[in-house]
Amino acid sequence: MAVAAPTTGTVAPTSAHGGLTDRARAERKLAWILCAPAVIVMLLVAGFPILYAFYLSLRRADLRFPDAGEFVGLSNYVTVLSSSTWWRDFGNTMFITVISVTLELALGMLIAQAMYRAIFARTAIRASVLVPYGAVTVVAAFAWRLAFDPTTGFVVAWLNLAPPPLTTHWGSMFVIIFAEVWKTTPFIALLLLGGLALVPEDLYKAAKVDGATAWQRFMSITLPLIRPALMVAVLFRTLDAFRIYDAVFIVTRGANNTETVSILGYLQLVNRLNLGLGSAVAILIFLCVMIIAFIFFRFLGASPERR
Amino acid sequence: MTESSRNQKILWAIGTLVVLLYALTPVAWIISLSFKDPTTIGDQKFLPTKTTWDNYSAVFQGGLGFNHALINSIGIAMITTLLALTFASMAAYAITRLDFPGKTLILAGALAVSMFPAISIVGGLFNVWRVVGLYDTWPGLILPYLSFSLPLAIYILSAFFREIPWDLEKAAQMDGATGSQAFRRVILPLAMPGVFTAGILVFISAWNDFLFANVLTATDTARTAPVALSYFRGASQFTDPSGAIAAGAVVVTIPILIMVLIFQRRIVSGLTAGAVKG
Repeated sequence: MAVAAPTTGTVAPTSAHGGLTDRARAERKLAWILCAPAVIVMLLVAGFPILYAFYLSLRRADLRFPDAGEFVGLSNYVTVLSSSTWWRDFGNTMFITVISVTLELALGMLIAQAMYRAIFARTAIRASVLVPYGAVTVVAAFAWRLAFDPTTGFVVAWLNLAPPPLTTHWGSMFVIIFAEVWKTTPFIALLLLGGLALVPEDLYKAAKVDGATAWQRFMSITLPLIRPALMVAVLFRTLDAFRIYDAVFIVTRGANNTETVSILGYLQLVNRLNLGLGSAVAILIFLCVMIIAFIFFRFLGASPERR
Repeated sequence: MTESSRNQKILWAIGTLVVLLYALTPVAWIISLSFKDPTTIGDQKFLPTKTTWDNYSAVFQGGLGFNHALINSIGIAMITTLLALTFASMAAYAITRLDFPGKTLILAGALAVSMFPAISIVGGLFNVWRVVGLYDTWPGLILPYLSFSLPLAIYILSAFFREIPWDLEKAAQMDGATGSQAFRRVILPLAMPGVFTAGILVFISAWNDFLFANVLTATDTARTAPVALSYFRGASQFTDPSGAIAAGAVVVTIPILIMVLIFQRRIVSGLTAGAVKG
């Protein structure tokens, strides 16, 4: 982008002015001007709405009764946290998150190894692995839903599944998880592949000479060395999986007890038009995400900023 | 030794095959479903026994609002990409090249925004957008897409800009190029791969969104393709819309897949640069 770059090439006179040279001052000003649009958009469309949601969550804000909007303190939070729906949905969300991230890690590691060690068709593998990444989440969810659908699904016929998975709670949960895992494993695999490329081949050779088995080599060489890449991948995927919405909406719309916290927030806001309760759910989800991120940064040493 | 290495080769060949099957089966399935004749859509077979283009013509006939939705999706994703690239290039240039207080704050803020759960802000936007008239409009979707893709774009572009040998610009000027010539002829070609990579990833994320588009739109004016797809209904209460859904899904997916396959190298480097290098 042709953005004011040439100005930095010119050398400004370096006369001292209140501790800062004119040049440094001009540089600051330019930097702030350059950053302003991005910062303003992020503040207006991410920062402000979250504060506004917090404000709404403290009020009785029901669009069916627009005039009755008084301050109610934390009572919306009490309502949400004392309802069995929230805890059921929270449990579902945690279950989906833990199982999908675990599966994605295991599968992603295998795929990364396959891509790394592939003898033939290297490009073909990389290309095909990018297919799920490029597929829209809604499409991925439809592909899996229709594959398990009682009337159209080929999987139901092949495996003779009775009752059809989409009519049961656990069946539906796993179809949701499959859709999620299929779509996002490539992302993890690519990040891990980036990590694998940093492991010196000599280490493996030395370990092989010393008689280490493949599993030992993996555990004591590969794993510690790709840990940074691994932690970042797990952090991002965990946060992402916790917010799961698209796949659940498409596969079940929350039926069969598969509602997640994001779906609950959506239903409160859009179907029941209860902005107060919906915002309380939204803020609780926000807090959960922040806590997960904090745990990763603090205790597990994930740090996207310093590799 | 040779025995074990041959075994290993076979093992990895099988692994390759499994990976290919894993990645391609669901896509093959949805394509196959999209070609199934309405009478055979419920036959539960993987491959169609009677193929037809009917599902595609049904999708494009207009009754389902899919044509509008496609135009909305393309327009919104493209405008988002252009704006995100402009704003993010400016910010990334300042972050990598200039010295100013607040740099760390901006990076930390961008990182925080990238972790924001979209559901937490969509309710607030829903309420504000209705008041200010952005509900069910293109800008009403472009703005949230922009704020969620800026962090990614800033991180990717900063990672790429850091690798550019900026001294070349000065060298070119010493050789007699003007400031803008040096920028256009030397720096721009070096920066383009990064800008391009960030652009692809931003486009994909805008194209992929479902939550914002589902909550902040109501009609054909701004409804995007994934949302239109999710509201497909059969011609009557008794017609199964699965064929149309499959055809629509293929139409939504194919352009992105072609893009992803053409630019796979860039996408891989972009994903790793954005997430690992930061």
